Amino acid sequence: MRDPIIIPTDEGLFCPAGDFYIDPWRPVPVAVITHAHADHARAGSEHYFAQADSLPILRHRLGEQHVFSAMAYGEQRRLGQVTMSLHPAGHVLGSAQVRVEHDDGRVWVVTGDYKRDPDPTCAPFEVVPCDTLITEATFALPCYQWPAVEVVGEQIWQWWSGNEQRPCILFTYAFGKAQRVLAALAEHTDRTVYLHGAMLALTDMYRDAGVNMVPTAPVADRPKGHDFHGELILAPPSAAGSPWMRRFRNASTGFASGWMRIRGNRRRRGYDHGFELSDHADWPALLRTIRECGATTVLTTHGRSDDLVRYLRECMGVDARALTTLYGGEDD
Amino acid sequence: MQAFADLYAELDATTRTQAKLDALARYFKEVEPADGAWAVYMLTGRRMKRLVGPRRLREWLVEATGLPDWLVEETYQHVGDLAETISLLMENGEVRPAVEGSLAQWVEYAILGLRDLEEEQRKTHVLEHWRGLPRQACFLYNKLLTGSMRVGVSRGLVERALATLSDRPRALIARRLMGEFTPSGEFFSQLFDEEHREERDGQPYPFFLASPLEGDPSSLGDLTEWHAEWKWDGIRAQLIARPNGIWLWSRGEEPMGGRFPEVETAALTLPEVVLDGELLAWDADVLPFSQMQRRIQRKTVGENLLREVPVIFMAYDLLEYQGKNWRDRPLEDRRTALEKVIADSADPALRLSPMVRGTDWEALASLRAGSRERMVEGLMLKRRASPYRSGRARGDWWKWKIDPLTIDAVLLYAQPGHGRRANLYTDYTLAVRDGDTYVPIAKAYSGLTDKEIQQLDRWIRGNTVEKFGPVRSLQPKQVLEIAFEGIAPSPRHKSGIALRFPRIARWRHDKPAEEADTLDQVKDLLRVYGS
Repeated sequence: MRDPIIIPTDEGLFCPAGDFYIDPWRPVPVAVITHAHADHARAGSEHYFAQADSLPILRHRLGEQHVFSAMAYGEQRRLGQVTMSLHPAGHVLGSAQVRVEHDDGRVWVVTGDYKRDPDPTCAPFEVVPCDTLITEATFALPCYQWPAVEVVGEQIWQWWSGNEQRPCILFTYAFGKAQRVLAALAEHTDRTVYLHGAMLALTDMYRDAGVNMVPTAPVADRPKGHDFHGELILAPPSAAGSPWMRRFRNASTGFASGWMRIRGNRRRRGYDHGFELSDHADWPALLRTIRECGATTVLTTHGRSDDLVRYLRECMGVDARALTTLYGGEDD
Repeated sequence: MQAFADLYAELDATTRTQAKLDALARYFKEVEPADGAWAVYMLTGRRMKRLVGPRRLREWLVEATGLPDWLVEETYQHVGDLAETISLLMENGEVRPAVEGSLAQWVEYAILGLRDLEEEQRKTHVLEHWRGLPRQACFLYNKLLTGSMRVGVSRGLVERALATLSDRPRALIARRLMGEFTPSGEFFSQLFDEEHREERDGQPYPFFLASPLEGDPSSLGDLTEWHAEWKWDGIRAQLIARPNGIWLWSRGEEPMGGRFPEVETAALTLPEVVLDGELLAWDADVLPFSQMQRRIQRKTVGENLLREVPVIFMAYDLLEYQGKNWRDRPLEDRRTALEKVIADSADPALRLSPMVRGTDWEALASLRAGSRERMVEGLMLKRRASPYRSGRARGDWWKWKIDPLTIDAVLLYAQPGHGRRANLYTDYTLAVRDGDTYVPIAKAYSGLTDKEIQQLDRWIRGNTVEKFGPVRSLQPKQVLEIAFEGIAPSPRHKSGIALRFPRIARWRHDKPAEEADTLDQVKDLLRVYGS
């Protein structure tokens, strides 16, 4: 058997033939970044390759002192004995799958985080044929099947427009999900949405990249004691229960996440509303992607890999294995 | 049915009591009485006889989805609720029409209608609904099929909503909702009738529940205002004696007729009266609760068991006397009447809970310290001037329990919980050391804070040795202090010991597993306190 093209190491996924790492969690000489979420893009490496749209965000998050090489989707780079290229993953702005073709003809693809659902804030997922696929498996159970994003956008709008007497606080991750919500709301309204400070810079970057969203304004711009009733406020989940929340009296709260598909998750976290909006592949999308890319071997990362691995082996006749990684998996 | 599904969604989407109350009142106002009756029936936690068991439903789900059975099982463990799992797996992306028909029609046709069908037809029927209902309705349909319908609405909230709507006292509504009833339009309409109607005869009054006394009893003021008695460790019961019958009710509103024949026979010696008290296994003195348990489990009692474990009714309050409601009179007066009633009866199966006297709080405290030897749980403190209230009204009745026994045990297995705790490891099996190995001693589900649960959940996922279905065996590292109310020998447990009401008192971060308690130490406890 030939050596694997990508192997798990203490630093992260490593390509020995090309001498680079993919989304390493420790500083390395060369890092290829699938996307700018914190569990995939960490500071301290010497040289970063990343998709061009994600560069402003990476610079903002990792610091200007790092060395970055921007790549367009489909652009090829020779690294050692392999050719590396990035392809749209549909997860967030600038998110990419990493395609690695060895000189011996084998092709491996690392999906990073991805989804197949439509999302106007980033380039749509592209199927990349390969021999071995390293896929995420955050929501790898058949109970995860996302409703259409228009339906969820409509639900959020109904909730907001139906709550005239109370502020509506929607918790979303600051990068990706928040902007997707703002874009979905543009279908319904041009009212201004108020943002928590952690979302301002990222939302500006999305606007700079040409993404159409409803108007936004910082919560902090409103005078002290401002009454937010009838307004929609977006905030990261970490703001829930913090002193920042005190300015919103009697608020109705919601959380936009794939985890909200399970009632127990929503109730445990104590949100009034759960909106099923995920930036990850659901169960049908995972299976469809594995089928369409034609991989004969599938390696899984994140979350609930065991069940997916067993299903692929027993029901789809695909050679599958779980890789141990440090990717979050909980955030969505 | 759609209106009920909407109500359910509304109740589920808020944690604010007032919003729930408003939603309930609005629903009860708008729907047909028959629907209202079914809604009350289900929201107060009553269950229909189950027509299809969960095992069967899982088989059908495997068949309907075409997924392997292990994957359906894993998914169920992840979701933590069978009704919800079905509704999620049977969703296929198509938009399904809203549900027609009233709740009552639904229950009659879609649920109770299954009664008369053969197994194979039942399946066809159920699968049709799974394939046709939108998710929320499908979820509710499955809840109806499987029984309980918990939605964060307490029984008290339903009572309040009905009381607000009808402008009747909540106590009256509460009383009419006690015990068993047939959900019908007539029943629902009668809930709102005036008090003077002849109420059903065997209906119990709502129980008055004591609150735990935290801290020092001297905060209650002058001892002379208080009446103290033992906190008995049996089954709380209400005994109704009327010219046309005897009724015995548990605190959970289960009718207990036929299960304690000696008490019912004894009650024939009573005048027309309603008593509150405790059923206790008794042979010259109170018997250990483990003896009582032998009686609890039986719906009918054989002669041998009747002889071995006789049960008495330890009376401590009087709610109705000679056809009059006495609940508003002060405890002192009720007590005087109760003493007379019990003395006149003279039947040994009816006893009067004796008053515990102490010159001051300290004297009572030292009497309380001897509770375990007397096989009682501590003291009850009741305000002499207080009426017999309903539910958990604070202030007049306090339970002053003795501190529980504790041991330090090691976390050995964990399993995910259900409902709110779905997908979180919250069901723990705890063990004590026995030489080089660990022997399970108790299961515990409660006691940690949400934050600790999250923390322990993460630890469990990272320190799993093996998985057996949903159960994970763990590195024996974490020490949890468990508190419990009693200890008894048990041939059914590997350790030979059963703990009563075990729960987690605290997480002993400071203690390594090697310093947890041993089986021998637990056996010492059994020798001292065992029963």
